[in-house]
Amino acid sequence: MTPARPIVEARAIHKHFGALHVLRGVDFTVEERQLVFVIGPSGSGKSTLLRCLNRLEEPSSGSIIVDGVDMLDARTDINKARQRIGMVFQSFNLYPHMTALGNVMLALRKVQGLEKAEAEARAQRALDRVHLADRADHYPNQLSGGQQQRVAIARSIALEPRVMLFDEPTSALDPELVGGVLAVMRELRGDGMTMVVVSHEMSFARAAADRVVFMADGEILQQGPPAELFSAPRHERLRAFISQIERH
Amino acid sequence: MTGWERFTDSFFNARVMAQYLPKIIEGFGLTILLALCIIAAGLIAGLALAVLRALELRPLNWLIIFLVDLFRALPPLVIIVLLFFGLPSMGMELSGFASAWLALTLVLMAFSEEIFWAGITSVPKGQWEAARSTGLNFLQALGYVVLPQALRLTIPPLTNRTIAITKGTALASVVAVPDILGAASSGLSHSFNPSPLTLGALAYLVLFFPVVLLGRWIETRFAWKR
Repeated sequence: MTPARPIVEARAIHKHFGALHVLRGVDFTVEERQLVFVIGPSGSGKSTLLRCLNRLEEPSSGSIIVDGVDMLDARTDINKARQRIGMVFQSFNLYPHMTALGNVMLALRKVQGLEKAEAEARAQRALDRVHLADRADHYPNQLSGGQQQRVAIARSIALEPRVMLFDEPTSALDPELVGGVLAVMRELRGDGMTMVVVSHEMSFARAAADRVVFMADGEILQQGPPAELFSAPRHERLRAFISQIERH
Repeated sequence: MTGWERFTDSFFNARVMAQYLPKIIEGFGLTILLALCIIAAGLIAGLALAVLRALELRPLNWLIIFLVDLFRALPPLVIIVLLFFGLPSMGMELSGFASAWLALTLVLMAFSEEIFWAGITSVPKGQWEAARSTGLNFLQALGYVVLPQALRLTIPPLTNRTIAITKGTALASVVAVPDILGAASSGLSHSFNPSPLTLGALAYLVLFFPVVLLGRWIETRFAWKR
C-alpha cells in the first residue's frame, strides 16, 4: 500500500487566544482511510487543533488542506468544505427541538438541497448505520447519552464526509454507554472512513488506531503506531501521561 | 340625592353612556389598530436588531446597544410628545396616531431586542457549532437551529412586555388621538360626567383581558419540555 497524498494536511499551525499560545507550530497529517488518535493532557491544544481542521477555530497562522481544499483561503466556500468534514462533539449538540430524523435531515435538506423523500431515506439509512432506525421519531431528551451521540454520528455520516473528526466523543457518557459509541466508530473504521479522534479511550486507541499523536503544551511531542507509542514512550511527558492514565 | 345615587349618576349614567358609546366603539377600533401596528413593527424591528447584534460587528453592536438603552430609558410619553411637537420644527409633521405608533414601536423594539438577544445568547454555543459544522451558513444556523430554541425561551417575558407597552396606546390621547381614552375624555369634557371613562375602562378590559389570557395560554403551550 503506497500512501497517497494525505487527505488532511495541516502545516505550521499556530493559535493564540489573547496572550495564550495554544498551538505552537503543529504539523499534522492524516492519510486516507486512517484512524489517527490524538492524546494529551488537558490544555495541550488537541481539541483546538481538531477544531482548526474545519475552521470552527480560526488558526492565527499556518495552512490547512483537507481533501484538496485550502480551508484558510478566503475564496474557499467554507460551508461547502465543511460538508466533507463530519464533526462529533463531546456534548452531542443535537438540536433539542427536532426528532432524531429531523436532526439528521436538516443539512441534507437545507445545505444539500435534497427533496424531502430523498433526504428522509438517506437520514433513515444513516440512523440504521448507527443502529437507531427504530428511534427516528424520538426527541433528544427521550434518548440516552449514548443514543444521542450515535444520532450525532448519523447526522455527520449522512452528509457522506471524507473525514470525520471526533472531539472526546465518549467523555460525557456514563461508562456503560461508551461501548455502543465505540462499536459504531469501529464499524465506521471498518467501512474505510478516515477518522481523527481526540479521546482518552486508550484501549480503543491501542486496538483501532493506525497512529497515535501525543500533544502537550501546544506541540506534538511524539507520534507513531500505538504499540510503539505505548510500549516505548520516548518522551518524559508521554511516560508520565501514560502512567497517569493507566493508574485509573 | 344620596351618596350612592350621586355615585351611580356620575359613573354609571345610562343616558350619558348611551350617548358616547359610539365614540368609544370607534376609539376601541382605533386602539386595536394602533396596538396591532405597534406589536407588528416593534417585534419585527426588535428581532431584526437582535439578529444584527448576533453578527458581532463591534461598532454596529455599540450603536444597537445605545439605541436600545436610549429607548428603554426614555418615558414613552416623552417620546410621543417629542415626536409630535418636536418634529414639525424640523420640517416633518407626524399625525398624533403616527407619533404614538412610532414612539411605542421604538420602545417595544428596544425591550424586545433585549429579550430576543437574551434568548439567542442562552442557546449553547455547541448548537451553533454543530449546525455550522454540517455546512449551514450563519443565517441558516440562526433560523433553523438557534432561533426556534431562543424564541421558546423568550415567549413569557415577551408576552408580558408586549402587553405592558401596548397598554401605552392610551398615551396617544395626549396628542389628540381619539382612541379609547381619547374618546372617553372628550366625552367627559363635553358631558361634565365621568361615565364615559367607566365605559372606556370597560372597553380596555374587554380588549386586554383576552390578550392577557392568550398570553397565559401561549406560555403554557410553549413551555420548554426538558
